[in-house]
Amino acid sequence: MEVRDLHVQYPGGHDGPARAVDGVNLDVYEGETLALVGESGCGKTTLARAIMGLHRPTSGEIRFRGEPLSYDRDGMREHRRRAQMIFQDPTGALNARQTLYEAVAEGLRIQRVQGNEEGLVAEALSRAGLRPPESFFTRYPYEISGGQRQRVIIAGAMVLNPSMLVADEPVSALDASVRGEILSLILGLVRSAGITVFVVTHDLGLAWNVADRVAVMYLGRIVEDAPAEQLLTDPRHPYTRALLSVVPERQHMEPQILRGETPDPTRIPAGCRFHPRCPVVESGEAARLGIEERCRGEDPQFLPACHAVRLASGDGHEAYLHER
Amino acid sequence: MSLLEVRDLHVTYAASSPAPIPAVRGVDLALDVGETLGIAGESGCGKSTMASALLRLLPRGTEVTGEVLLDGEDVLDMKPGRLRAVRWTELAIVFQGALHTLNPVRRVGDQIAEAIRLHSSGNGVSPSKRVSELLELVGLPTRRASAYPHQLSGGQRQRVLIALAVACEPRMLIADEPTTALDVMVQAQVLRLLADLQRDLGLAIIFITHDLSTLVNICRRIAVMYAGRIVEEGPNDRVFADGAHPYTRALAAAFPVIGDARFRMNPSGLPGDPPDPRSVPRGCPFHPRCSEAIDVCPRTQVELWPAGDGRDAACVHVSGSPVAT
Repeated sequence: MEVRDLHVQYPGGHDGPARAVDGVNLDVYEGETLALVGESGCGKTTLARAIMGLHRPTSGEIRFRGEPLSYDRDGMREHRRRAQMIFQDPTGALNARQTLYEAVAEGLRIQRVQGNEEGLVAEALSRAGLRPPESFFTRYPYEISGGQRQRVIIAGAMVLNPSMLVADEPVSALDASVRGEILSLILGLVRSAGITVFVVTHDLGLAWNVADRVAVMYLGRIVEDAPAEQLLTDPRHPYTRALLSVVPERQHMEPQILRGETPDPTRIPAGCRFHPRCPVVESGEAARLGIEERCRGEDPQFLPACHAVRLASGDGHEAYLHER
Repeated sequence: MSLLEVRDLHVTYAASSPAPIPAVRGVDLALDVGETLGIAGESGCGKSTMASALLRLLPRGTEVTGEVLLDGEDVLDMKPGRLRAVRWTELAIVFQGALHTLNPVRRVGDQIAEAIRLHSSGNGVSPSKRVSELLELVGLPTRRASAYPHQLSGGQRQRVLIALAVACEPRMLIADEPTTALDVMVQAQVLRLLADLQRDLGLAIIFITHDLSTLVNICRRIAVMYAGRIVEEGPNDRVFADGAHPYTRALAAAFPVIGDARFRMNPSGLPGDPPDPRSVPRGCPFHPRCSEAIDVCPRTQVELWPAGDGRDAACVHVSGSPVAT
């Protein structure tokens, strides 16, 4: 999947449109698990929905295996067969009046899949860890636990043999002890079916648990994109560094608590969009490096999207990074 | 004497069908002046019910037995007038979801001032001046006093609730999932604020959360609840890094340590789900999900027992435990 200079805007109030996705370039490679991380309001869910074709881009393009997404009815039906989405809240995603069998079979019917429906539903439930599958056929969502509901959702997605799974905070509504089992299930599907996974999360620990690659999003833009081990153990962008420093499970980093809230996508700051909260600017480091003007005035069009990091690596030395 | 001592607390919700629901099934706790205790557990473990029971905030008809001794005085026996005096001035609570706790049609400054007027005898300081002090204390600009709750962000609303909670200078605060609905960065801001208040005001705090990992840096001791009981209690770092109870270890493993190779591409969880309080398994309630369960577990209710390193754990595998094998 290739995302090229994608913009998605929502009609806004008196401040103008909300630029939820504001110039994203991203590649998702066949068979990999990519985690898109960021705080609420950064545009990560909008990006995921755009990849599913649920939002028409304001400008830019999304290509699937080289072909631009086609938004007509047939194009979307085909896209839904190869890319399936699972959501945060499995209870809201299931129809309370539908049996679990119907919930899983629905996709097959919409896609007019030929073959033994009952066999396919049973196999999907079983692969999602609901065994024996027949015992779940006639049950309703309220009769099973939250973790089991998310398994039903995964079965409903996998029954169509998609090549890509888009998962928006797939475990954040679940109890901690249940999360691991659902993540293991997703990892197992990746390994057995060679499926590509695009997982949207605020949880960096989840990325460490399942992702090959991590992209960090801030205010509508990807600011850093790297293999998971590199990004999570040696982050470059000051925003990524700050995010990682407040994860309780990384106690050896001095917590760097950014001030303020995630800013408003109707009012994206000029220059580097992170500069009003950036510790490099606030500490005077940017001024010392002679780049403060650039931070305030020049939108970095490279990754990691940080003038200070660029300066350090462009000069052939990483003094700036190492002294921190 | 401890500031707070909870002895054999049981809470049973009234329900006619199929049966009353035992949400808390025998909890003992003690907290000293200025101490911090974290209580971690999953949905249905009884942690929030317990918090509400300490302040008698449960629905009428709920059966609460045991003792909740605040400076030796039993909260459960207090007359309504005494209870009203104790709430806010001695013991205050911060809930999650600040949007529901604040009155949407009143300015936040007025809401704080009202709490001060109702609960303090008034020690010379005018309420409006005190409101400004409190907003400053929780890191909000004083002009935000004139804002309505919907004009504030989630993090700012949580700060207002904290200002309300400390308005009458209580000695103890119960924070029930105070950061759950917040983003990581805002969560870090609020946790730092609570830690600062704890230190500066000498508050005793009970933090209640589903997120064991957030407790490690802010609480000196941690208790882990499962199915209405405490299954382990001990020093923060020991409980998180090396729990004595199999459930504690499994829960801690659900919060991966970034950079630790053991968790890389290896999510860790437990089979099954946390038990429904309506049908708690017999014996040790954790046995159906426990990888270390032995034949006695389904028929033995284990009590907390010293497990070394300052930890107490309720597991037959703790050596010397009354049912150890």
